[in-house]
Amino acid sequence: MMTLNDKKQKMPMLTMLSPITSMLIFLVVIPLIYVLVLSFCKTNEYYQVMFTFSFDNYKNLLSPSYFQVYMNSIVIAAITTVICIVLGYPFAYYIVKQPPKIRTILYMLVIIPFWTNSLIRIYGWKSFLGASGLLNNLFVWLGITHKPLELLFNRGAVVLGMTYTLFPFMVLPLYTAIEKLDLTLIEASYDLGARKVNTFLHVILPLTSSGIFAGAIMVFIPTLGFFFVSDILGGGKSDMIGNLIERQFGSANNWPLGSALSIILILLTLIMVRLYTKAGGKLEDLG
Amino acid sequence: MNDQHDFLFFKFSNVRRMIMSEKEVLVKLRGINKQYGTNQVVKDLNLDIYKGEFLTLLGPSGCGKTTTLRMIAGFETPSSGEMTINGEDLINKEPFDRNINTVFQSYALFPHMSIYDNIAFGLKMKNMKKADIKPKVEEILELVQLTGFGGRFPHQLSGGQRQRIAIARALVNNPQVLLLDEPLGALDLKLRKQMQVELKRMQKKLGITFVYVTHDQEEALTMSDRIVVMNSGYLEQLGTPDEIYEKPRTKFVATFIGETNLFEATIAQVDEDEVLLNFETGCMRGLGKDFELDEIVYASVRPEKMNFGSSNFYKPSMPAVVKEHIYIGSIVKCIAMLPNGQEVKIQRLSGEPLPKPNEVINLYWEPEDATIMHSREDTLFSLIENVNLGGAYDDSK
Ligand SMILES: Nc1ncnc2c1ncn2[C@@H]1O[C@H](COP(=O)(O)OP(=O)(O)O)[C@@H](O)[C@H]1O
Ligand SMILES: [Mg+2]
Repeated sequence: MMTLNDKKQKMPMLTMLSPITSMLIFLVVIPLIYVLVLSFCKTNEYYQVMFTFSFDNYKNLLSPSYFQVYMNSIVIAAITTVICIVLGYPFAYYIVKQPPKIRTILYMLVIIPFWTNSLIRIYGWKSFLGASGLLNNLFVWLGITHKPLELLFNRGAVVLGMTYTLFPFMVLPLYTAIEKLDLTLIEASYDLGARKVNTFLHVILPLTSSGIFAGAIMVFIPTLGFFFVSDILGGGKSDMIGNLIERQFGSANNWPLGSALSIILILLTLIMVRLYTKAGGKLEDLG
Repeated sequence: MNDQHDFLFFKFSNVRRMIMSEKEVLVKLRGINKQYGTNQVVKDLNLDIYKGEFLTLLGPSGCGKTTTLRMIAGFETPSSGEMTINGEDLINKEPFDRNINTVFQSYALFPHMSIYDNIAFGLKMKNMKKADIKPKVEEILELVQLTGFGGRFPHQLSGGQRQRIAIARALVNNPQVLLLDEPLGALDLKLRKQMQVELKRMQKKLGITFVYVTHDQEEALTMSDRIVVMNSGYLEQLGTPDEIYEKPRTKFVATFIGETNLFEATIAQVDEDEVLLNFETGCMRGLGKDFELDEIVYASVRPEKMNFGSSNFYKPSMPAVVKEHIYIGSIVKCIAMLPNGQEVKIQRLSGEPLPKPNEVINLYWEPEDATIMHSREDTLFSLIENVNLGGAYDDSK
């Protein structure tokens, strides 16, 4: 008898390219290779790409002015990630503990932002925090301040926007990890004399750490790239890697340099995912 | 010096307890009820658990054994009732404040901790010094015969080994009570038999009170000092394995524990401590007090206590015809049928005399071998109407 598997093995290689595989090749692999090639190219004085091989772009990226942007990016991404963990963990835990009906509703509330345009919501924050925004008007009206406060165009505003945009990416993997937790293990911990804090530290936290790590990756990496948040709420005063990339492909019109930056960002992502799987995390949990 | 004194006192009180066989109540349950919504799972449970005993909760699946155990552990709060340990209230204590440990059915070993850390967990939580923990863990690993396994992780052990670690992890805390919820349920038969013996050995050696849950009556009978038989939330009977087996108080206990022949009868005559029973197919005597004339009762007679005589037998007896013999190892079961179609089992060791198939016999028993129980029924259930006696029964004899 011939099974489906036997059949597959006898087919010529090309027929194994399913529509999805070919789509992936055209939309992901080929552009990636193109970006990689570009990153070793140069531009002439008319900003045209010259296909010569050099490491100049990567050398340029080591200059101190870029370094400052990297540091800013990492600091903002790290703060955002930590805030998301600290807020997201109790939030996800609370959702898991609810009876099924309420749990579904809360879960939907977390997912809904995925379906709405985050750019619009970030503009919403801008008008809310702006000098003549709702918050400042309220403060002045309450007499807390005389002049409107500078709430926008600083690192804090960028972190706020990033946290707001990426919070669901933290909650979902946490939710998955906490839901999978075997409740008998918590009972076993209590049974052995561990109070709530110790049970959390020694049992619950280690057993849900894969969710924390998955969430951290899903927040940290996009934060580096979400240039529109730092553009709109940072007002160019808090540039991140994403802004640099966007500028090279846009106003600066230096595609090779932008490509090199992109490659760096991709490598950074791969390294973090590798660390994650090394620490015992599963790729599926990253969504 | 003080330790020495305590130790001697401990020894002495132990010896005294053994000599005088005085029973000290450790855990006391009074009027315990538990309900989930409208589903009452445990009903008015009164129970004294003695210090150092091996007590088994026995009953069919869903009768409330686990719920009872979880209330003692502190994972569930009774809907009403009182529970004390050494006279102190237990209900308002959190599970981590109770000196009671549980062996979970699923073992519940911490997958991210080594075997050593699993066992040491309870001691660490009690802030014991590292140097003191090590010998304790090693000692308990030796007790469960897994010396040298400390560095492994739970997923590297077999089911039987994990089981032992779960027991070790609980025992190392020297609990006042050890709760075990069907701990051997997942093991194969051979391993289960072996662990039964070992658990009993550990319990005797350590003198810790065990409360053991099982639905396996054989396990309960071989291991326990006392058995609590539960049925749909009620305590049906509490007693030693002998009492439960020999003197079942309800029909449920008689049929649940071991094999038995159960007959319905009315009380035809009440003597001092004996009654005359009127069965559908004959008359027989049994021991018993507190019965009323014409009351409907059950009589339970174990297959090994059932006697038989030739068809022209003079004693009070019931006629029956032999259907078949069933051989189970060294045991032979003889199935006979009464005129009303009810089957009766007679059990003997192979080699002992038994009537042959198709032979007509008279069944009887010694009055002390029948257990008579109130039936709480008000009409006798007659089997006569829908009976197929088969060709074998010869009425003319
Ligand atoms: N948390 C719960 N919520 C609702 N019903 C429960 C819960 N726990 C147990 N029950 C019900 O209580 C009854 C007794 O359960 P349990 O104590 O586990 O029985 P056993 O251990 O004797 O098999 C069952 O009918 C079960 O469905
Ligand atoms: Mg159970």
